[in-house]
Amino acid sequence: MRIILNNRPESFDKEKISISELLKIKNYTFKMLVIKVNSKLVKKDAYDIVEIKEGDNVTVLHLVSGG
Amino acid sequence: MNKEHRLTNEEVNFKTSEIIIPCSIPACSRQVRYSKGYLLLNKINSQFKIMTFEEIKSKLKNHTIGIAGVGGLGSNCAVALARVGIGKLIISDFDVVNKSNLNRQYFFRDQIGQKKVIALKENIKRINPEVEIITNDIKLNEKNIVEIYTDCDVIVEAFDLAEMKKMLIETCLSELPEKPVIIGSGIAGWGNSNDIKFRQNENLYICGDEKSEIAVDNPPLAPRVGIVANMQANTVLEILLGK
Repeated sequence: MRIILNNRPESFDKEKISISELLKIKNYTFKMLVIKVNSKLVKKDAYDIVEIKEGDNVTVLHLVSGG
Repeated sequence: MNKEHRLTNEEVNFKTSEIIIPCSIPACSRQVRYSKGYLLLNKINSQFKIMTFEEIKSKLKNHTIGIAGVGGLGSNCAVALARVGIGKLIISDFDVVNKSNLNRQYFFRDQIGQKKVIALKENIKRINPEVEIITNDIKLNEKNIVEIYTDCDVIVEAFDLAEMKKMLIETCLSELPEKPVIIGSGIAGWGNSNDIKFRQNENLYICGDEKSEIAVDNPPLAPRVGIVANMQANTVLEILLGK
């Protein structure tokens, strides 16, 4: 499947993957993430449940401390 | 203009004829010579982006900005917005001014120990007494963020901790999805000015390098914190006045 991840096209072998799998594949190890799929917020407790499919637009925003 | 078009005599006169008017700088007695064509161009420009400071102020005075946290990002962003004439600021923070804050935050030595929201209000009033300031001496959470900031035109996220940033963004995305939120993320250390950037993702606007995390050996310092705080203020203007 092909998706848009942080405004860039990405391809994966599988037809659908969970958000947890996506984070593993992309090696996103940061703790503080805000994730949106097709403009909708996905909270941490749904990372295993929500699946990403062909054509989805995924935003992974990583936050760092300091202000 | 297409190739066929020839200027009429009238148009030539208008483009080249001059008009002498007083200089726009207050207290300057100089007379300035402008071509009528230039003045017409200026008038057209003002319909798009170019505005005098008076025009900018008269627009900004009708707007309310919410600032969540008034440490390094929040205090400097609030001061920048106050200087350009924002109408109303809603500032929230539970903290008191500490000596260690003075390396980057808009407070003074004699304000150590004061509540940050009170001290900042005082400082802003000394710069621009026309700004209306609502202070909340409170720790923000999922519930009070919605109550406090629901009537703002834009929310500026200016927390220190990443988990607070995440909490505010998630709250706004789910409870106030139409509200523009400007985030500051990645400000630690010094140098690397070109790593500091701005990007927009729908109603989220992100300022910072998105990677430099504060640590004992990578502290937040006035220059980079100031760049990002002013970038956030600049983004507020872009949202309110147009690109």
